[in-house]
Amino acid sequence: MAAVLATNIVKQFDEVLAVNGITLAVPDGEFIVLLGPSGCGKTTLLRIICGLERQTAGDLIIGGSIVNDIPPRARGVAMMFQSYGLYPHYTVRNNIAFPLRTQRASRAEIDRKVKWAAQLLGLSHLLDRRPRQLSGGERQRVALARALVREPTALLLDEPLSNLDAKLRASARQEIKQFQQRVGVTTIYVTHDQVEAMGMGDRIAVIEHGKVRQVGTPAEIYNEPADRFVATFVGSPPMNLLARNDAYLGFRPENFLPREMVDDGNGGVTEFSFRVDRCEYLGSERIAYGVIEGFESPQLITAKLPPAHVAEESIRPGEWHRFAVRNSALRYFDHDGKRVNRS
Amino acid sequence: MRRVIAKVGKEVAFYLAIAFFVGLTTFPFYWMLITSLKSNPDLYNVTNVPFWFNEPPTLEHFRYLFEQTLFGRWLVNSLIIGVCVVVITLIAALPAGYSLARMTGRSGEAMGIGIFLTYLVPPTLLFLPLSRIIANLGLQNSMWSLVLVYPTFTIPFCTWLLMGFFKAMPVEIEEAAIVDGCSVFGAFIKMVLPLSLPAILTAVIFTFTLTLQEFVYALTFISSSAQKPITLGVATDLVRGDIFFWGEIMAGALIASIPVAIAYNLFLDRFISGITGGAVK
Repeated sequence: MAAVLATNIVKQFDEVLAVNGITLAVPDGEFIVLLGPSGCGKTTLLRIICGLERQTAGDLIIGGSIVNDIPPRARGVAMMFQSYGLYPHYTVRNNIAFPLRTQRASRAEIDRKVKWAAQLLGLSHLLDRRPRQLSGGERQRVALARALVREPTALLLDEPLSNLDAKLRASARQEIKQFQQRVGVTTIYVTHDQVEAMGMGDRIAVIEHGKVRQVGTPAEIYNEPADRFVATFVGSPPMNLLARNDAYLGFRPENFLPREMVDDGNGGVTEFSFRVDRCEYLGSERIAYGVIEGFESPQLITAKLPPAHVAEESIRPGEWHRFAVRNSALRYFDHDGKRVNRS
Repeated sequence: MRRVIAKVGKEVAFYLAIAFFVGLTTFPFYWMLITSLKSNPDLYNVTNVPFWFNEPPTLEHFRYLFEQTLFGRWLVNSLIIGVCVVVITLIAALPAGYSLARMTGRSGEAMGIGIFLTYLVPPTLLFLPLSRIIANLGLQNSMWSLVLVYPTFTIPFCTWLLMGFFKAMPVEIEEAAIVDGCSVFGAFIKMVLPLSLPAILTAVIFTFTLTLQEFVYALTFISSSAQKPITLGVATDLVRGDIFFWGEIMAGALIASIPVAIAYNLFLDRFISGITGGAVK
């Protein structure tokens, strides 16, 4: 059974159509990531799920019952905000206890659950501090503890890592994911960062202009993008696209290699003449930017070369090289950007 | 050496400037104090130096105030009016300011400005229509008329002040409370009110001071001495015939202004954060 089921959700703000008919089922215990550029409607969808916004049309089902007109407090969902929204005048203990107090839990139960959540997230020594006395990472853990303490049907996270610096972000990503697996709570995670999405999600829903472009596992999203938007939004650098007779041919930069490095395998290879304009050395790999002879392309073509295989001298800016892609790694899109099997 | 002199000069100039402004603001208090303690012969002898006592100080004016006039009554009246108006103002302005800050879009902004504009209509124009209302309600010559009328200028001002403060408050705190199990009203009570204490305090002090210093409405609506607030009583009943009894007037003014000055000073820090709360994010 789906813990959260959204059917054909529409949200219209004055003149802006923020969510344009999204249908999404999140099974029990799943970690799903809503991924999209800023302003795509992913946060609005999250706010509709938790009840801070009322959808213009469509039904929302949480834990088996329709909650369209149920206020947030009765939906059994917990939300962690981008800025955490901690209560500055409460101690950490009271912040975590707050959702239990509003449910009129007994004092013994509150004590027990606060202790449990604090221990789980390593906050036991901070219980008597106030939010402003905490570091960014600690605040985030308090917000997580507060969201979890009443064991919600679904945990909603709105860009929870965007306030952390890059180093802390990696460890926090790990922490949230591990923690979610341990507790097994259904989680809906909003982000615009594809690294977070790929690394954390059981499934990813890619959203653009208020519509779901594709839902799938990270591997499906990456390898079998449903359309041009998904292909170019996910992956860094994004999928290369070549325009051909009003349609598009796409391939990932790591599949675009010097001819001699591509074995023919079954299905054969497609060769291109690639002029390298610029090279970037990134330690574990080298990225070559350039153009392909005979094709129009929306952006510069990139090739991701493992440095062990490509000596600095062999690929130099300004030169033409024979590059190739295995045919099995080619993806085709029609003129509307939809994925097609063969062009 | 030259650097030392420059530094000392700078300090001296700084303290001179401060001393000038301190003198400017405290002089009225000094004048009130010294006048209220001077005996009448000292006060009315024009050859005396007016800045210091020429005869021994006396408490005669204060005694006169409390024994021969209704001064105590006026003080109590002012206090009752002040407290009532503060309560009425907060009851109206807190929800109004909050809803204007949070629950309305562009129309709310226009309404906020509109509300503030009503504050700018001078009482000297408004007392005409208001006196009709007071008469119809049978409140003429009663201090309750002032309890009814003063909120007409305190509510708009405080609504506007609180609206600015609420707007600057991060909305996530309330939203978190709503998701965590509060109703909108519950979030307002549990989160917004405690966090906006500086602004509420500012509103209270402003309201109280405005009611304490108001004169025009009191003058037009009230004539019997027992119903007068302190501003009116001091200015009307202490002038007997056409003679200004400066000793009593200054004693009355001093007593009325000291509590406000103390209140301001006690809450100065919170007061400033309340005023500037909406200014900088």
